[in-house]
Amino acid sequence: MPPFPLPLTDLLGHYGSYIIYLIIGFSFGYVLEIAGFGNSKKLAAQFYFKDMTVLKVMFSAIVVAMVLIFAASAMGLLDYNLIWVNPTYLWPGIIGGLIMGVGFIVGGFCPGTSLVAAATAKLDGIFFVFGVIFGIFLFGETVGSFDQFFNSSYMGRFTLPELFGLPTGVVVVGVVAMALFMFWGAEKLEGIYGDKDAPAAPKWRYAAAATLFAGAIIVLFIGQPTTEDRWAGVADEKIAALEAREVQIHPGELLDLLHNRSLIVNMIDVREESDYNLFHILDAKNVPLDEVPDMVPALHFEPANAVFVMMSNDEGAATEAWKTLVAESVPNVYILEGGINNWLTTFADEDMQAQRLATAPGNDTLIYAFDAALGARYTVAEPDPHQYELEFIPKVKLETKRAPTSGGCG
Amino acid sequence: MTTYTQNPDKLEGKVVRSKRVAKDYVNPYLAGILLGIVLFGAFFVTGNGLGASGGLNRILVFFEDIIAPGHIDRVSYLIAMAGGDKNALDSWIVILTIGTVLGGLVSGFINGRVKFETNRGPRMTVRSRWLFAFIGGGFMGFGARMARGCTSGQALSGGAVLSVGSWAFMFAVFAGAYALAYFVRRLWN
Repeated sequence: MPPFPLPLTDLLGHYGSYIIYLIIGFSFGYVLEIAGFGNSKKLAAQFYFKDMTVLKVMFSAIVVAMVLIFAASAMGLLDYNLIWVNPTYLWPGIIGGLIMGVGFIVGGFCPGTSLVAAATAKLDGIFFVFGVIFGIFLFGETVGSFDQFFNSSYMGRFTLPELFGLPTGVVVVGVVAMALFMFWGAEKLEGIYGDKDAPAAPKWRYAAAATLFAGAIIVLFIGQPTTEDRWAGVADEKIAALEAREVQIHPGELLDLLHNRSLIVNMIDVREESDYNLFHILDAKNVPLDEVPDMVPALHFEPANAVFVMMSNDEGAATEAWKTLVAESVPNVYILEGGINNWLTTFADEDMQAQRLATAPGNDTLIYAFDAALGARYTVAEPDPHQYELEFIPKVKLETKRAPTSGGCG
Repeated sequence: MTTYTQNPDKLEGKVVRSKRVAKDYVNPYLAGILLGIVLFGAFFVTGNGLGASGGLNRILVFFEDIIAPGHIDRVSYLIAMAGGDKNALDSWIVILTIGTVLGGLVSGFINGRVKFETNRGPRMTVRSRWLFAFIGGGFMGFGARMARGCTSGQALSGGAVLSVGSWAFMFAVFAGAYALAYFVRRLWN
């Protein structure tokens, strides 16, 4: 598994990790200040084509960070699944963005730059900060009346490569090319509308642009790790865990987990839909094996006390699903030991035990005969935990969650 | 270049006394590259990007919780931050925000740009500039919460990791500002 991002709380403790955030914040504020972002006139000049500093700084920062992030990911240093990608709420984002555009041109700052302006004693910056706080207050008090809109058009973790159906590297190259084109255009506009006495743009920017473009091309050629690549990186350790049966949990343990109020148990049933319809455990979700990779982003949004239990008729398909999720860095993934068959053997009443076939019709197939597709409408789909005294070795141990569940805006 | 709030003569005397002259800002591309490295560093080490409005939000909620704790516990949007005995300030984003202010202050100090002044268009009075800064800030704060992030947390951070929503948001911000720029040109020109 890629070593970065670091599990900061494990390494430094809850408050220790704050030192890192203080350093990052400090660098952020420092760079905003030297860019001139503490000066509202310089920021507003962007919108009259006089001084395109805002566009140049923002897009240079975005493309530099983007190339570095995807290069680190391509080299297996950084786990893209574990970094915060703002989930998409399309329309609230667009409407909020338009409102912010109004605030930008009227007030002359955005929230981050106003902090720097206020820190350097710019009085307009201080008034702006109080305005931001007032706006936030107003939002908190009124959001209840437009809750539905605020939570509409949710698309989860949705990225440009997914939108365009293109490899990440192609999008990275495309974004760099677009940014370079915008810089060219910005310089032309400054030539027309801008200050004629402004210092000439340095020559090194051509070298910087070429380096950046070359970096994007390298990202394109290496490519991002696939699930197979990711599995190869962890296979030794994880196959050992499988063989030592550290991740296969007894039906009794699953029953306990389901009644443990401090946990959120997600049961993922990867069998064919027909088998699922015949019988499944109450609240298990049917996800065919080939759709398991699609649910990875959603699973990363689950809170730290979420446990995922994969199940099939026996263990074959469930183990495949387990491998996919483990390779994609989803924490707390387990397999139901012996699958649905073992669940039925453990909890079914005598009538149902009579339906048990002498031998399984195939590998990872249902060993019980069902007359009707009643799904979870059997008592054995939700056994009463007080009726059973089962002996098992508990195996579930919560891992520290490393993927952030909320970004810098929560 | 800079607009002063006080009588320029009086201020000039001050500048001479302290012998501090504001240095020029760095080249925008250089600043952008440095900002990109900071942003990458944040993602690489912590998994989180940058942000600003989230920190301000929590600082506000912290004070609201002191004044009206019952109110916080009734509004679902606020409970997540400060419901019950939760401390709204106990979050990395608050620490990052404090760091941002400190970083701005130190850079401003080193470069001789810490100075009580109001930057404004040539036709604006100081007081009306303050009023418009407050109003603009209000729009910013409201919009940033609706969009679930500001220019730092959504556009910059989400843009670098290729979030679709962040890119749509970024173009909306520029579109909103450009669309209105002509009508409010007296504020700045």
